Amino acid sequence: MRILIIEDDAAAAGFMAKGLGESGHLTDHAADGEDGFEMARHGDYDVCVVDRMLPKLDGLTLVQRLRGEGIETPILFLSALGEVDDRINGLNAGGDDYLVKPYAFAELLARIEALVRRRDPGIVETHLKVGDLEMDLLARTVHRDGAEVAMQPREFRLLEYLMRNQGHTVTRTMLLEQVWDYHFDPQTNVIDVHISRLRGKIDKGFAVPLLHTVRGAGYCLRA
Amino acid sequence: MPNLSIIRTTTFRLVLIYLALFALSAFLLLGFLYWSTAGISTGQTDDTINAEITGLAEQYRANGLGGLVQIVAERSRNQRQSLYLLTRPGGGNVAGNLTRWPKAATGTGGLLEFTYQRPVGGVMTSRRARARHLPLGRGFQLLVGRDIQERLKLEKVMRTSLAWAVALTLGLGLLGGVLLSRNLLRRVEVINRTSREIMDGALDARLPVSDSGDELDRLAKNLNEMLDQIERLVTSMRQVTDNIAHDLRSPLNRLRARLEVTLMGNRSQAEYRAAMEETITESENLLATFNALLNIAQAEAGLAEGSLADFDLSALVADMAELYGPAAEDKSQTLTGDVEAGIQICGDRHLAGQALANLMDNAVKYTPDGGSIALVLRRAGAQAELIIADSGPGIAEADRELVLDRFQRLEASRNSPGTGLGLSLVRAVAKLHCAELVLEDNLPGLRVLLRFADAGLAPTKEQTVG
Repeated sequence: MRILIIEDDAAAAGFMAKGLGESGHLTDHAADGEDGFEMARHGDYDVCVVDRMLPKLDGLTLVQRLRGEGIETPILFLSALGEVDDRINGLNAGGDDYLVKPYAFAELLARIEALVRRRDPGIVETHLKVGDLEMDLLARTVHRDGAEVAMQPREFRLLEYLMRNQGHTVTRTMLLEQVWDYHFDPQTNVIDVHISRLRGKIDKGFAVPLLHTVRGAGYCLRA
Repeated sequence: MPNLSIIRTTTFRLVLIYLALFALSAFLLLGFLYWSTAGISTGQTDDTINAEITGLAEQYRANGLGGLVQIVAERSRNQRQSLYLLTRPGGGNVAGNLTRWPKAATGTGGLLEFTYQRPVGGVMTSRRARARHLPLGRGFQLLVGRDIQERLKLEKVMRTSLAWAVALTLGLGLLGGVLLSRNLLRRVEVINRTSREIMDGALDARLPVSDSGDELDRLAKNLNEMLDQIERLVTSMRQVTDNIAHDLRSPLNRLRARLEVTLMGNRSQAEYRAAMEETITESENLLATFNALLNIAQAEAGLAEGSLADFDLSALVADMAELYGPAAEDKSQTLTGDVEAGIQICGDRHLAGQALANLMDNAVKYTPDGGSIALVLRRAGAQAELIIADSGPGIAEADRELVLDRFQRLEASRNSPGTGLGLSLVRAVAKLHCAELVLEDNLPGLRVLLRFADAGLAPTKEQTVG
């Protein structure tokens, strides 16, 4: 996909472009807010990564203007301001996600890819399927290879999120944010334990595992 | 300079304004008194003159000139205050106690005012009088008047008293104002001097507070409290800086050393990879420490107005029990959650979540396999009590205050992972949410009690305990 990086730190933008390029994406770079605004307006991008603090035009205003012109490109804010209200301001201005510097590249990549998927307007799904794992969102049931798997409500939400993002890496922070709705940093491996529970339920006894650990990044559900 | 500065004080200005108003009202009041008294006595004089003239005119009509002359002569002998003069055509006196017709007679409405001579105690003195003229026909003229010298004297006394009264009011008021503002000024000057000292770096200086409990005392008390708060913030900021310098420097150094050593000599691809992965892990720990420090600083500085909101503490605690359940189970620990529904507090949900997660982390980390952890949220009157109790090793009473400090880790826990900032954040978050934080002995284990002072009732909402 095509990604516009609006970031005044040239070195940071360079690393980001290199990393995204190696992951198979095309990137453009704007070094200040005004250039970034023009490029985002006229270019055809799948995602914009916008730094909060930019010369000439700050990130918040830039995104407000883009949204004001009806440009709906998904936007990921990058910020060195990590406080709760800054995050809220960013999302209120029209951003779709918010990542605090410094971040792990895997986290950035996972979030960028998740943003594009989230944007797919698509019809309301009632049924999710990954290999022989099936989820009925109306009946709230899960079957693997035809056999029902009993799920607790949170496990169901966790699996639903993984299934909606099938084939893509989701990070622990994304899971805590999306499944539990908390923005904080659990020091121990609480999320890992939940995942291993889930794995025990859907993968145990099957020759082909569906839930994979992506080293240094997070988890991926794929057939 | 102090003499000049008095004039510039607010009190003095107020006193001046008050004084001006007071003097004006005193002046108006006394003026009115003077005007009405003088007016009444003038009116009385005029009424008397008119009445007498009416009476004499009647006498004249009834008894003719002869009768009038007789009455005038008689009254002139008896009356001291009334003045009479009856003249014949051509100017000669017929009767009366005035020696001659006054020349400089002025006046309005038929009433004349003039000066005449009269012996007082054997000396001829000039006196003022008021009179009315009645032409009798055939050239005869009658003048009836009254001596007003006494009245004028009274009026003069009144005017003088009035002037004195106003002058005295002004003088006393001014004196009072100077005294008042000098006293106030002295106290304000102390406040100013102390503020100067504080600005010059004496951050521990405080304003003197007397026992009177008046406005200035209250001001001084509030300023002192403000200074306390500022001093706390400055100290905390200094600590953050010190801690960042102290505790981020060594891991950064380790990081750099590892990279440098890796670059020395030839290594296999796998070795490079391993070294880099270790470096990433280390930098993640650094990041966690850094974030924890910033979170603490944020919680200690208080939140911006907009980010405080009511949130459902019951739901948060239930979420935490659910989030940490599997982790506890993995260590064969029994985690019991006893959460009273619908308890609401005002604050920051994510920071509170982080604090609670830190406590749960500790509980799961330090409680031995097979131990138990209890998470309780209950209402206690208007307060809410949140208890995290575990059956781990606990914290010795002497160390309980210590562990709340930044980077304080007890010897026993040095080797387990963690930033050493968990409980410091809990303390900062507790303070932010007006909660009391108590570490107690759980016999055995640690019992952390958070007592939220002002817990409200959440709007009815179904509790989801996972």
